[in-house]
This record gives sequence, C-alpha cells and structure tokens, in this order.
Amino acid sequence: MAVQIRGGAAPPSVAVWNDPRARAIFFQAMALVLVIAFGWYIFHNTYTNLEKRGIASGFAYLNSTAGFGIIMHLIPYSEESSYGRAMLVGLLNTLVVAAIGVVFATVLGFIIGIARLSRNWLIARIAYVYIEVIRNIPLLLQIFFWYQLLGKSLPGPRQSFNILDIAFLNNRGLYVPAPVFEEGFWEIPVGFVIACVASYFIHRWARKRQELTGQQFPIFLTTLGLIVAIPFIAAIITGMPLHWEIPALRGFNFQGGMVLIPEFVSLLFALIIYTAAFIGEIVRSGIMAISHGQTEASYALGLRPGPTLRLVIIPQAMRVIIPPLTSQYLNLTKNSSLATAIAYPDLVAVFSGTVLNQTGQAVECMAITMGVYLTISLLTSMFMNWFNAKVALKER
Amino acid sequence: MKKLTVLAAGAALAIFASGTAMAQQTLAQVKQRGQVICGVSQSLPGFANPDAQGNWAGFDVDMCKSVAAAIFGDTKRVKYVPTTARERFTALQSGEVDFLARNTTWTMSRDTQLGFDFVGINFYDGQGFMVRKDLNVKNAKQLAGAAVCTQTGTTTELNVADFFRSNKMDYKVVAFEKNDEVLAAYDSGRCDVFTTDRSGLAADRTKLKDPNAHIILPDVISKEPLGPLVRHGDNNWGDIIRWAFFAMVNAEELGITAANVDQMLNSPNPEIKRLLGKEGDFGKMLGLENNWAYNVIKMVGNYAESYERNVGTKTPIGLERGVNALWTAGGLQYAPPVR
Repeated sequence: MAVQIRGGAAPPSVAVWNDPRARAIFFQAMALVLVIAFGWYIFHNTYTNLEKRGIASGFAYLNSTAGFGIIMHLIPYSEESSYGRAMLVGLLNTLVVAAIGVVFATVLGFIIGIARLSRNWLIARIAYVYIEVIRNIPLLLQIFFWYQLLGKSLPGPRQSFNILDIAFLNNRGLYVPAPVFEEGFWEIPVGFVIACVASYFIHRWARKRQELTGQQFPIFLTTLGLIVAIPFIAAIITGMPLHWEIPALRGFNFQGGMVLIPEFVSLLFALIIYTAAFIGEIVRSGIMAISHGQTEASYALGLRPGPTLRLVIIPQAMRVIIPPLTSQYLNLTKNSSLATAIAYPDLVAVFSGTVLNQTGQAVECMAITMGVYLTISLLTSMFMNWFNAKVALKER
Repeated sequence: MKKLTVLAAGAALAIFASGTAMAQQTLAQVKQRGQVICGVSQSLPGFANPDAQGNWAGFDVDMCKSVAAAIFGDTKRVKYVPTTARERFTALQSGEVDFLARNTTWTMSRDTQLGFDFVGINFYDGQGFMVRKDLNVKNAKQLAGAAVCTQTGTTTELNVADFFRSNKMDYKVVAFEKNDEVLAAYDSGRCDVFTTDRSGLAADRTKLKDPNAHIILPDVISKEPLGPLVRHGDNNWGDIIRWAFFAMVNAEELGITAANVDQMLNSPNPEIKRLLGKEGDFGKMLGLENNWAYNVIKMVGNYAESYERNVGTKTPIGLERGVNALWTAGGLQYAPPVR
C-alpha cells in the first residue's frame, strides 16, 4: 500500500504526540508557562511574606515628605519635597554626570586612540602607557584616588584659591558666579537659535556649491562668527539683561554663585579617564580594521594626512567603532552608581540608599532603581543603534 | 527538560522555604544552629569594635553576649555581623541576623512600617554636633551655612534637616554610607560639622587624628532612644532579648555583680532568688534554663559593669551615666520585676 502525500502536508497516520511540530509547540508552551508561573510565584511569595511580617508595601510612599537634604539638586528641592522628587533629583544627578562623562570620554578616547597610532614614538608610548595603566586599575579605586586628591590637596574655605575675585576653589568645591536672568533675556537664546539655523543652511549651500564648482567656502569661520555675533548683538540691543551673582565668604562657607562640589568633579574625572582608556582601544582597533590601501589611495589623490584621517579613515572606522562604543557608554552610565562611595547624590545613593532606609521599602526602591537604569540603557542603545544604521555601509 | 523542571521546582522550594521558616521559631533555629547571629555596628569604639584578634567588644556587643549567655550559657556562641546603617534593616528583615544590637533609634515608623519590634532602650541618647575648636563656635545656633557630614539612612540625617529648617538656617549636607567615611571626610576638612548621637560623637572623637582639636557642642537636638530590635511576629524571641537586657538592669538594682553572683545564690532576698532561678520557673517561661539570668550576670555582668567597662568615665569614650543611671539614682533605666 502506497502512502499518499498531498502538497507536502504531514502524513495523517502520525499521532499528535509523535508529530515533531506539535511537540515543539507543546514544549515551548510548557516552558513559557513554567517561566511565567515561576515569575508570578516569586512576586506572590514576596508580597505575602512582606504582608505577613507587617512590612509596608506599595508605592504610596513616593508622595510622602522626604525630610532630608540633598547637597546637589538641579531642580528645586527642599526637605519638604516628596520622596518621588528626591528620586528625580538623584536621577538628574546621574544623568548629568553620565552625559558630560560620555561627551568628554569620547573626545579624550578618540585623541588617545589616534595618538596610540601616531608615528611619533613618544606620543604613541604615552598613549600606550595611559591605556595600560588606567584600564587595569579598578574604577572604584580611581574614584577614591581623585576624591582624596581633591579633599587633601585643596585648602579650607578661608584659605581658598582666589581666581580674579570672581571664582574660588577650596575643599568644598569650585565656586563660580551664577547668572541671574532679567527681563528681556529671552532674546539672547533666540538669537543663538537663529544663528544655528542660519549656519545649517549656509553649510548646505556651501556643500552644494563645492559639488558643482569645486570651490571651497570657509564654513567653520563663518558659522563661528554668526553663532558668537548674533547673540552678542542681541545682548547689546537689549542692554545686557543679565548680571552675575558672585560668591562671597560668609560665615563658614561661600554663599551665592554656583558650586561644583568635589564629589561631582572627582566622580566625573574618574569616569572620563577610565572610560577614555577603553574608548581609545576601540578607536585604535577601528582604525586598524581599515585596509592600509585606503590611506595610500587617499595620499595618491593628494590628500594630506589630516584630511585623510578625517574624511577617509574615520568615517569607515566608525562602522567598526560604534557597536563597542555603545557598550562603553552604557558602562559609564552604570558605573556612575559607584558615586555612592563618595557621597555624590546620584540615583543609587539618594533613592536606593537614603530613601530606602527612611521608608524601609527595599523591594520597591530596588525595583524602581533597576527599572530606571534599564530604561536609560535601553534608550541609549536604541539611539546608538539608530546612529549605527545611519553610518553603516549602504548596499544598494 | 526533566532536569530543568526539577531545577525550577528546587529553586521555587528554596525561595518558599526561606520565606516562611522564620515566622515563629527563631529560638529553635538558634538552638539548632548553636549560635546567635547578632547584627552590630561596623566599628564604633565603646559600642561594637573588633580588636586586633577579631574579638568583638563594646556595649552593644555585651547585649549580644548576654543573649548567648541566657540561651547557651556561653558568650562565645555569637556570630557578629557588622552592618552599615543602610544595610541593617534589610539584614534583619531577611533573616540574615537574629536581632540587631546596633545603636538604632526607636522610632514609630521603624516599629510599625518596617515590621520590627524594639524590645527595650539600653541607651538613652540624643543627637549632637562636633566641630573644630578653632572655629570658635559655642553652640549649634551659630552653625548657619555650615557643611555637615553625616551618614545616610539614619535618623541623624532627618534630625539635622529638621534642626536647620526649624531655625531657618542654611546648611549643606554631605551624606556617606559608612560611618568611617563620614569621619574621614570630617577629619580631612570636607565639612565644618560632624553630627551623630552624642555617644557616637564621643566614641568617634577618639578615632580622629587629633581628638583634642575638636569639641562636642552642648546642644542636644533630638531624642535618640537606642535599643535592640527583632522581627515582628516572633514574640517569644523578642521576650528573650528583652529579658536578657532587663536581667542586667535588675541585677544592678539588686546589687548583683559578676563577682558576687555566686554568693548571691544563697541570698535570702526573694527577688534575687527569683532572678537567679532559685525560686520559680522563670527561665522555663522564656523557653530557657532557669539559670538564664545567672549566666547573663556571671558572664557579662550587670548594666553598670557593662556601661563602665565599655563607655564609662574611665574609658577613652568617657561618658557619664547621666540619664542612663538607674531610676533609683535619678536616671531613666528601669526594669520590670521578675515575678
């Protein structure tokens, strides 16, 4: 008896439990159910046990009054603010150190990476030693090192370094004048925006012209002039609606002005210097991944080493550099949580430190903190993936 | 697949087991383990401080020892777990330690929201300030604009905020996780003021580079009733800690010391007889031997002995008894009778 096969369908004589497709679906479904059941079980068990021991749970505490002070806050915050607001303060402190850190670590990392490949023996060696020393010392130690260095080497407030009578440096931080905006100030940032938009169009026009005629236009100087001049003219017209509040020594400390606290500075230094060492290696490997033929070809076309690097090598190297660069950005952001060791009020120190302790709601605080870090990381990598897709080789 | 299922079931069981096991039978667990796990400060001279050999000593450590003496008749059967201010509550909630003897302030929210029971007050304290002598500050009202070093997650951090806010004074708080970090930052000049409980100030001053260059201001800005605490729900366990402490206070009141406790066994005084287990079944009521209090007094001493040995005027900490004197001497220490 011949088996009838119609259009590739499974033979009807096979039982369901012997059908490989049905089995695959069954086991996948079972695995999914198990994972969900396990997750639900952990959640339920935690919740029941918290309740049984009379430990408060839920998120209502976010609205209660915090009652503690935070040394650095970018948004208005006082002891009367809520725990939720304290979390926001911590989050912004994390973001500001991460954002500034990412920018400077990238700049420094590119310099180091390119210096590492320099034909100048001394420069290449310095970059090499920098990378090997920095990336092999634990970050936490480096943070402590900078913090101790700042704390021990700077004088007290009454013996501050006086910089032109407007800025003061002591072991409480760097005190600089704070801008106080007056009426009509809005015209200056508006002028700045107009200058930026104009620069963009000039840039486009110059490019088109170069493509058509081959003539170059001094873009950099022109746009720089615009961006400085327009806000400046706006400021003169409006009669300088801005004055500076200069810090002054009153009582124990300087009052007024803005202050960069040593905790912030030492954390930022450590993060930049540490991450730049890794970025340097990434940049070096990215550049070395580009065939030397590209350099020779661009020399043959008459380009000098500078433009060769800038216009030929780096754009191609970026394709290799960006994916590992993304993980360095993520690392820097996550490493900023080591701030808690030196009293910089970041998200971890404020929220899963002080708030957790004052409320005792460990599970909720930890869950929120982890959720926030996860969100920051996912957003960063989303952006970097988009950027990567933009610079990737477009195959048509 | 089968392996995976077994693994998942095992993991689930482990979580379940650790979740429910600690509800009522801490004493049984402790007896089975042969050790009390006691959460203490990391290093606070006079209260809980390990020596070069790693032997813990101090006023809070004596609390741990007295519980071990009451249960096992052996003060060595304690495992000390040093905790930071930030870790301590989670350590107790999760069952990592059996109880905390860690200069912790009894507050309403900790007693209710955190699921704890404070069993007594072994040290009446209040928060104070320490400053450098050369600042010429005479009292806390002159501290406007000062940078204040303190520890995160403490009542101290909240009290200092309350104090400056209610006096309409500006301040900068620099909050560290570990007490040693706070002290190092203060010593290096990061802050003008170091604030914590006054007992802690006295203890920490001994650790500074030049203790004599610093003064403790006379102001007391808060009530800090410090005492041991247990998880809410296991009342028998809480009773044991409470009565181990009361035994020491009662012993001082009755004049029983580590040195004379053996003679006191023959005392005709019925109160002494009940405390030392010669009369009645008071140990059994706690689930312990009847000589529980005898062991505590013999091995750790009474309240006064523990106080003078660790933090009293003859020690570097140099604290007067003050409000911690017995009620009969005008203080606040008062223990219910053994009856």
